[in-house]
Amino acid sequence: MTVDFLEVKNLKTCFFTRWGTVKAVDGVSFSLKQGETLGLVGESGCGKSITCLSILRLVPQPAGQIVDGQILLEGEDLRKKSEVEMRKVRGAKISMILQDPMSSLNPVFSIGDQLTEAIKIHRDLRGKNMWQRAREVLKMVQIPSPELCLKSWPHQLSGGMRQRVVGAICLSCEPRLLIADEPTTSLDATIQVQYLRLLREIQEKAKLTLIFVTHDFGIVARMCKRVAVMYAGRIVEMADVKKLFDHPAHPYTEALMKAVPKMETKERLATIAGQPPPLWDLPPGCIFAPRCPYVKDECREQYPPTVEIQNGHSLSCWKYF
Amino acid sequence: MSTFKNLGFLGKCLGVRSYVFQFRFRAKDFPIIPGLIIFLFIFMACFGEFLAPYSATEGNLQDKFLPPFFQANGSMTHPLGTDMMGRDMLSRIMVGARPSFIVVLTVIILGGFGGTALGIISGYKGGTADVVLMRVVDVTIAFPIILAAMLLSVVFGPSIQNVIISISVIIWSRYARVIRGEVLSVKEKDFVSQARVAGCSGLRIMLRHIFPNVVNTMLVMLTLQVGSIIILEASLSFLGAGIPAPTPVWGSMIAKGREYITIAWWIPFFPGFALALVCLSFNILGDWLREAMDPKLRQI
Repeated sequence: MTVDFLEVKNLKTCFFTRWGTVKAVDGVSFSLKQGETLGLVGESGCGKSITCLSILRLVPQPAGQIVDGQILLEGEDLRKKSEVEMRKVRGAKISMILQDPMSSLNPVFSIGDQLTEAIKIHRDLRGKNMWQRAREVLKMVQIPSPELCLKSWPHQLSGGMRQRVVGAICLSCEPRLLIADEPTTSLDATIQVQYLRLLREIQEKAKLTLIFVTHDFGIVARMCKRVAVMYAGRIVEMADVKKLFDHPAHPYTEALMKAVPKMETKERLATIAGQPPPLWDLPPGCIFAPRCPYVKDECREQYPPTVEIQNGHSLSCWKYF
Repeated sequence: MSTFKNLGFLGKCLGVRSYVFQFRFRAKDFPIIPGLIIFLFIFMACFGEFLAPYSATEGNLQDKFLPPFFQANGSMTHPLGTDMMGRDMLSRIMVGARPSFIVVLTVIILGGFGGTALGIISGYKGGTADVVLMRVVDVTIAFPIILAAMLLSVVFGPSIQNVIISISVIIWSRYARVIRGEVLSVKEKDFVSQARVAGCSGLRIMLRHIFPNVVNTMLVMLTLQVGSIIILEASLSFLGAGIPAPTPVWGSMIAKGREYITIAWWIPFFPGFALALVCLSFNILGDWLREAMDPKLRQI
């Protein structure tokens, strides 16, 4: 058994606000092997993005703080690293693509300048070699004319191009782990498909480990081998894509699956009654209990421990005790 | 289109190879007349002393109140006339460019750049540093500039250094406040997060990612304030808290000439006209600079 590439153990990230402590991430654990893809799904505000930012130790300061847990990258605890050491990890070992390609590029720099910045920070390449590397990366993300692109400015590129450039910046120093935080939400459907295909090709070629954050089950099915479903700061169910789609076991996952619109039926779209609980005032017991159709007495008393109902399929629900 | 972009070396010296130093001077759009006026102003500031036909501080009392050449009694020996002490107006304006230029330049460097730097730090870092800096800004803005200058000149004696110090000490706060507001919106943009994800340090983000995004605001403020800095310096001289006589300064020339405006209008008029021309030119040049540096306004 090899050491897991990335192991997150009992991660807790809180925001200390004037309304109280917001438990944005509340005891998230998962592990990833080299080259694996994990999909993180869940509704907005369930802590997907904060989980990713916590891995990079970039939780918005000073309100946000990682309170507990371990983040092991190849056995090294990232939480124990100093800020200077973390900077060497960011971009070089772990990289992240943010949601909005429109604002991820600095409007006052040419693409070339932005692309070479990360190379300058993490690599010894300078001059001709550096620009050569920049061209290679642009070719990797299938930009048609890298030379022209290096000289252009962000506002001259289309959304799809910009997102590919952002991808190129992230990949320029050959990171081992790539976190993609809803990278396709602002792209239209055809460009989405292109982009996802590209991302998967690159991932296979470079043996990248990928964490893919999304709220789109279609993308999950296309991209990921394993899925973690998050609800109110916790992972409620984790399984292989096929298992999860065929047999969603947690009531929340089940409800989510029903809420995916289908073309063949004319029934009304199923919804989940109620609202997710406010994160600064979580109910005791299971957080999904107030909206759960299978709710029992014990659900309201204690949060269920995580059980593995099948190999690689784990969830937290009192239904399985 | 004739382009030359040799300002790149400046950026390399500073270690910031940003677009600020890479923009192209486009000969077509460059405001030629304002550019010439500013060039003349700087040239006079450097060499006015040697080029002036007469001494700027000593005059011949027999020649006092001579009108400019185009009026009756005027002659080309004193093209802009003479003042109440018989000193040549043209020479005084030429020599007087230097103190104005020195004051403007140093106040811009100390107050403008210093204020911008503090504004960026305050906006980016937030927290205690921000609170403390902004309270200091509030106090500074509330403090009357004339009073500060008077205090300084009473304590240390009137001199050009004290004028520069007292104007900078007050003026930095305006830059700090405006730039801080700008930084607050810029730092929330995704490219700043993306830079952090790429492993940039805080200093690098402030210098390379935030500063170029607020530099336009700073430039517009700088060029707009060139005029008001000259006028502030003039009013300080007028109150006796400025640059002491007999150094010719445009501000005090206007102030002293005010008494004679009914009998010799040219004494306050010509230095005032020079002042207005320089201010206007700086404003037009600033506008051009802002457009030349904005990648979106620049047609490529």
